[in-house]
Amino acid sequence: MSILPYLVAGWLFLAGCYGLATSRNLIHAVGSLAVCQASTYVLLLAVGYRRGGTAPVFSDIRPGSRPVVDPVVQALTLTDVVVGATLTALLLALVVQVSKRHGTVDPDELRELRG
Amino acid sequence: MSLRVRMVVLAVGLLGLAAMLVAAFRKLPGFGGSWHPYGQRAVETALGRHTSNVIASINFDQRAFDTMGEQAILFGAVLGTVVILRTTRDERRVEPEPARVPAPLRRYALAVLPVTLLTGLYVVAHGQVSPGGGFQGGVVAATALHLLYIAVDYRALQRVRSVPLFTLADAAGEAGYPLLGLGVLMTGASFLENVLPYGTLGTLSSGGTVPVLNAAIGLEVAAAVVVLLAQFLDQAIVIESEDGEQGAGSVGDGDGRRGEGGAA
Amino acid sequence: MTAAQLLPVLVAGPLLGAAVLVATGRWLPRYVADVFGAVVAGAASALALGVLVATAHRPAAVEWVGGWRPRHGTGVGIVLVGDGIGLGLAAVVSVLVVTVLVYSWRFFDDPPPHQAGAFPALILAFQAAMCGFTLTGDLFNAFVFFELMGVVAYALTGYRVDEARAVQGALTFGFLNSLGGYSLLLGVGLLYAHTGELGLAQLGAHLDAAPDGSGTLVKAAFVLVATGFLVKAAAVPFHFWLPDAHTVAPTPVCMLLSGAMVQLGVYGVARLYWTVFAGSGALPEAAVHRALLALGVLTAVTGALLCWLQRHVKRLLAFSTIAHTGLFLVTLAVLTPEAVAGTALYVLGHAGIKAALFACAGILVDRFGNVDEQELHGRGVRLRPVGVLFTVGGLALAGLPPFGTGLGKALSEEAAGGWLTVLFVAVSAATGGAVLRVAGGVFFGLGSPPAEEDRPHAAGRHRAGGEEQHEDAETTGADEPEETRERVTRAPDTMVVAAAALLAAGLAVGCVPPLWSAVSRAADSFTDHSGYAMAVLYSTGQHLTHSPAPHWSPAGVTLGLLSTVLAACGAWAALRTVPSGVRPRWSLPLRRLHSGHVGDYVACVVAGLTLLAALVW
Repeated sequence: MSILPYLVAGWLFLAGCYGLATSRNLIHAVGSLAVCQASTYVLLLAVGYRRGGTAPVFSDIRPGSRPVVDPVVQALTLTDVVVGATLTALLLALVVQVSKRHGTVDPDELRELRG
Repeated sequence: MSLRVRMVVLAVGLLGLAAMLVAAFRKLPGFGGSWHPYGQRAVETALGRHTSNVIASINFDQRAFDTMGEQAILFGAVLGTVVILRTTRDERRVEPEPARVPAPLRRYALAVLPVTLLTGLYVVAHGQVSPGGGFQGGVVAATALHLLYIAVDYRALQRVRSVPLFTLADAAGEAGYPLLGLGVLMTGASFLENVLPYGTLGTLSSGGTVPVLNAAIGLEVAAAVVVLLAQFLDQAIVIESEDGEQGAGSVGDGDGRRGEGGAA
Repeated sequence: MTAAQLLPVLVAGPLLGAAVLVATGRWLPRYVADVFGAVVAGAASALALGVLVATAHRPAAVEWVGGWRPRHGTGVGIVLVGDGIGLGLAAVVSVLVVTVLVYSWRFFDDPPPHQAGAFPALILAFQAAMCGFTLTGDLFNAFVFFELMGVVAYALTGYRVDEARAVQGALTFGFLNSLGGYSLLLGVGLLYAHTGELGLAQLGAHLDAAPDGSGTLVKAAFVLVATGFLVKAAAVPFHFWLPDAHTVAPTPVCMLLSGAMVQLGVYGVARLYWTVFAGSGALPEAAVHRALLALGVLTAVTGALLCWLQRHVKRLLAFSTIAHTGLFLVTLAVLTPEAVAGTALYVLGHAGIKAALFACAGILVDRFGNVDEQELHGRGVRLRPVGVLFTVGGLALAGLPPFGTGLGKALSEEAAGGWLTVLFVAVSAATGGAVLRVAGGVFFGLGSPPAEEDRPHAAGRHRAGGEEQHEDAETTGADEPEETRERVTRAPDTMVVAAAALLAAGLAVGCVPPLWSAVSRAADSFTDHSGYAMAVLYSTGQHLTHSPAPHWSPAGVTLGLLSTVLAACGAWAALRTVPSGVRPRWSLPLRRLHSGHVGDYVACVVAGLTLLAALVW
């Protein structure tokens, strides 16, 4: 089935959204957000895959001797990974402070900022 | 809204989204196809500039402007974390306690440390030639330093990990991109134009400005990861609230003072 | 060196400034760091304005970063496009950043240890992100700057970490905006798979030529990418982060979020539509019109209602930003150059007025440690100059001629026409009226003070038991920590001057005819789908027939006066008759929807994605 890898990406995004919406722990919620992001990695890499292709690095293969997968999506994914990692760190830092100031990391117990 | 309402809203949203995604995926070009026009151009361009790692050529040359934004995200996130995890008025810093580490663990970690550091530097240096580059190598190099924490204790790490110095390195790495870009601009070329000689394909000096920008990223990533981890480790080990409670201790079980866990 | 070559400097300059501030922050005294930040931002503003003026009557400045100019319409690089709207927004952002840095000279008593420059550095990085976002002509690059904007904004929102609410609001902001960002990236992935391109112009050219039958894919990609921008724009139902972030963020940050960042989301949708999708048969104009109109009306009505119901002054202003975002979307939905020109002038005027109003609210925070309308009743009498500024801001928000907001509103009404005129008048009157109500009560002591038992006491109602909270969902503005070193006894000069300057800028937008014709020209080329592609890919300018320059029409002036009078009457009636603190019962479901619960908000965003898809299909 040639759309299965795309479906995996879609499934990951939905699963991440479900996790975020139903989370009972902010650390888990940050993890769920990372799942959403993982779906973008899967989609980008799936889009760039080429049957029989190898890594687009010519240190040990002669240019033109073999097909290579799309290097652009790999570069985009690298950017995406860095974005995701730093964002996770920043959100976790905020969770640390939420835990200190509210004494909980359960979103159900954060009862301010309403109306 | 109540949990029931939230679940209904969510279910409607997820079902609609799923339907839309499936419909869209069915129209995508089949998985594994050979039609990649931009990718093809990128490969040809990279080889034209004697950069054998095409991804490095895209990140540091063809789409270098993306990477400038990307490293600014890293820089901004680290600065943000420093701001958010600062010692507040109702907190104080305590001296970390020495910890005893099992001898095999200590020997192993100390033996691996230089190897890890060297691997990191190697990966940074060969970014334009082989898989890897500043981002990957920088993280490996920063990890090496933290083996000291595993092998000895937090005080040992603190001695070699001067946060001001690493902050300076972080800023210097971040400045590398705009500085090089502006420098090239002064010569009349375009911002971030690859003006250096391209060298020989497959050698360390190939790719023109690619290795320079790659090195700046390596410096920034290594320093940024060190500063970033310092903020979180400080929260767990050094920062206490005024009434003596451990700062982040309530977040999870794994954040306790290391001396307790590691001394067993 | 050409003017176009300088475009990347608008991004690189502030980033370099941020790096210098972090590197030297250990040794710099606080005021040197502040001055340095303002100088860097000022230099970038001067550059943006300079390039804008230099290229005013010429084709847009186009710069391929790294010199990667395309051959025969294909290339590998990233392009920056300094057209009127994009570069103009970059200039507005930069000028606003300078004002904000001047305003915040007296702010924040505890910079992080050894990081005196952390706040100006974050602001400079924010500026770089916003300028990059407005200038870029590449969709993935737009995602990168979208995320940079986000990361810096979350940190700035949570700046006052010893405040329980601040970290919660920042976290909500972070979750929702990141989710929007990933939706955007999924859309970029779909478009890349379909067209094999990332540049806006290339994507557009490819979709123009694409065969029929790809409609589903193109529509889905539009929905996903637009959702990302609409989260940033705080369109209902993607808006939940905005009131929380504005309630807790330091005032200077609110000025930037409400004055510029939110509008960049609207800009993103418009730029995306005209460069990529406008020529494609797969996404009919009627569908985009329907989607923007429906979301815009929903956003405007929700924002206006909740704005009227607030007592926390910063939260009130936040909801008024949502209401105005709705109006921008309603105007944009017309999809004509006139509509874009009207929106652009409205956004310009709004940036000045809204930032000025936040600046005044910030003075209240510093003077009283409180931004609760009821608690402060009559206490602002001695801050008369601030009261006058706040009142003028309220009148301008309601659309009083000759303020820029009034002109924008008049042009938008003209473009949208029909029954939507009622919406414009009503929403402007409600948001302006809410501000005037606060001004009358707080600064002039009009109306009756709230009964003693209604006042939330020092412990703060928001900390009281959950039951009462559940009955009446609201956020009070009591217990706001001062942002200055010590509680100020009179309004600091820099703050008042900044607020007055912003109001004056908002006024100038409605009084300078050359600006109107420049905006009109910019809007003409902004909506020129094929012209953009030609200019970017083949460096050829097309001669456009310019639409006539916009101007004040008698109907616009009348309607502006009408909404101002309505706002004043509404405020007067509220101060006279409604007993303080009592809100109508019908508003309870709407207020309860804003539960402060990130799970609820994410569910709404996901449902909003489906709603947008249903509207486009």
